[in-house]
Amino acid sequence: MEPLLVFPEPVAPELAQALDIGGWPWKGAADIDAARRDEPADGWVGAIVMATHTVGMGGPVGPAGLDGALRFCRAIRNGDINVDSVLLLVNGGQLSELDPREDLFDDFCLHPFQPIEFETRLKHLFRRSGRAEDIDLIEYGPLAMNLETYQAVIDGKPLDLTYMEYELLKFLAAHPGKVFTRETLLNRVWGYDYYGGARTVDVHVRRLRAKLGEEHAGLIQTIRSVGYSFGRSRWV
Amino acid sequence: MEREQEYVLRTVEERGVRLIRLWFTDVLGQLKSVAITPAELDTAFSEGVQFDGTAIDGFSRVHESDVLARPDATSFELLPWAKEDEPSARMFCDISNLDDTPFAGDPRQVLRRNLDEARTHGYSFFAAPEVEFFYFASGDPALGKPQPLDHASYFDLTTADVSSDLRKRTIHMLEGMGIPVEYSFHEDSPSQHEIDLRYTEALDVADNIMTLRLVVKKIALERGTYATFMPKPLNGVQGSGMHTHLSLFKDGENAFHDGEHPYGWSATARRFTAGVLHHAREITAVTNQLVNSYKRIAETSEAPPYVAWARNNRSALVRVPIRRVGKPESARIEYRAPDPACNPYLAFSLLLAAGMRGIAEGYELPEETNINLFDLDDAARHDMGIEPLPRSLDEALDVMERSDLVRKTLGDHIFEWFLRNKRTEWSEYQSQVTPFELERYLPSW
Repeated sequence: MEPLLVFPEPVAPELAQALDIGGWPWKGAADIDAARRDEPADGWVGAIVMATHTVGMGGPVGPAGLDGALRFCRAIRNGDINVDSVLLLVNGGQLSELDPREDLFDDFCLHPFQPIEFETRLKHLFRRSGRAEDIDLIEYGPLAMNLETYQAVIDGKPLDLTYMEYELLKFLAAHPGKVFTRETLLNRVWGYDYYGGARTVDVHVRRLRAKLGEEHAGLIQTIRSVGYSFGRSRWV
Repeated sequence: MEREQEYVLRTVEERGVRLIRLWFTDVLGQLKSVAITPAELDTAFSEGVQFDGTAIDGFSRVHESDVLARPDATSFELLPWAKEDEPSARMFCDISNLDDTPFAGDPRQVLRRNLDEARTHGYSFFAAPEVEFFYFASGDPALGKPQPLDHASYFDLTTADVSSDLRKRTIHMLEGMGIPVEYSFHEDSPSQHEIDLRYTEALDVADNIMTLRLVVKKIALERGTYATFMPKPLNGVQGSGMHTHLSLFKDGENAFHDGEHPYGWSATARRFTAGVLHHAREITAVTNQLVNSYKRIAETSEAPPYVAWARNNRSALVRVPIRRVGKPESARIEYRAPDPACNPYLAFSLLLAAGMRGIAEGYELPEETNINLFDLDDAARHDMGIEPLPRSLDEALDVMERSDLVRKTLGDHIFEWFLRNKRTEWSEYQSQVTPFELERYLPSW
């Protein structure tokens, strides 16, 4: 998935570690300008804003940290940068001050955090945003995929897929409109240097299209001399 | 538990699958199946399914009769012909010994071993077969000569429709099972059809051929007819072949392509082809394994009996198809001897091994043959250094028996069992008095 925005930079070591272990890609930003500079084309998937550190210094601090964090959140809400959802990290002493500012973040977590609680909140939040890969349900037009049960339906009818066909469709459908090269698909879906090479991708796309049926085969588009994309192109 | 297996378990649960068929192939290329219930699936993945292999052709051994079927979760597929209220599914299996080493009598393991061997040199092996077959009114030999469905007659149009409808349904079902069909059409002979499968990795192709043969027969039976892959079921019309297109890929690129070469053919392709030609006679007993196979090879049409290659000469064993410019990935050679009654796992193993030996030892490719070899006599062909393929199963077995390549590729177990089994087939055939002999000799002697 796309990286999460983490404020402030330098990022507290225990936070960086928790994100890395959980497999969440992230990018630190020292201020809103840095976040704007690094913003992906379709915005940030999510932001983690830490109120328990002062900007640029690291180490635990008091209210100054909270003010800086809320200023950052307010800039997000004002649309200075595009962020789907915001997780605020605060300490126990800061809790009472959050009450009038609840519109500035989507969820919060007490810091120092319990890694399991932190991970659960991340999943919960970024699942809701519909952007992370490990969401439970992918829906696109006539296609619905339940990632919990490994089942896919098209127009309400179940699709009979092999494991790799399922994984490929899941990956493509989780990123509608994005173009992937065969090599990228091979690395991201097969996950290792599969012996069939890039041709394997073509074979599986061909099989998937056949199973989607004539009417829906066009959901997977061939982008000439590049690779494949899923869904209708946003440029058309 | 691996994710593939978890996927299968969950799908079985979600879709209410009642029966899981574990498929494997005997040495002669017949599909075999053991069925298990969902309750046993977990154990089947972790421990395998133990069964007595004695009754399976080519599986019997002296010391141990039990083997393990290990289901390949990536091949899990719901069977489209199962009743709606009783969904069932299939998985191909690898057969192991009880100590979990690959079982030497399992053709799928043989192909796996040869593909792994090629992979250590960086190559993956792709194939695309053109499978021919006949539809007949019945498959019962007691009813005499088989009757084609679209035999020229009074009801021509109607009956012709029956077989194209059969083919259409077959293709629909194959596509639904993830087996992509490239072309399909009515072949030259009455009621003869061809289905061309798309290029895939050789193990998948072999699995797909096994599925295709079952699906073709199944759909014909549903309509009260019979489909056969017998190489030469009718006198006087061409038989059924399985021309197979072959290529190697390395680092995701077609290793047979070379833009510098006049017709885009790499040194690897030339050596591979030289290897296939050099060993063609040795592998024929496997690519054409029936007494009947040699009746097809004896004809002068689509089954070229001469060990030669050409770009555009249908009398040559290996054809190098002319490609459209700018399609390097489609560089390939077409090997025209195999028939659809072969064991695809063993046939592909040998074609790959022959080609790989050509690469390893740098075989020189003979000159291209541009004349029609059918127009020459044996002596003239001999002078050109062009040998014929074996003319009978008997001769093919003699050549095979002397081949270290075939022994090494198939392994001792299959090599020896195959020769024994086929020698018996030949001697049973030899002791038969045929209709030809009766018609020819009885009136005059």
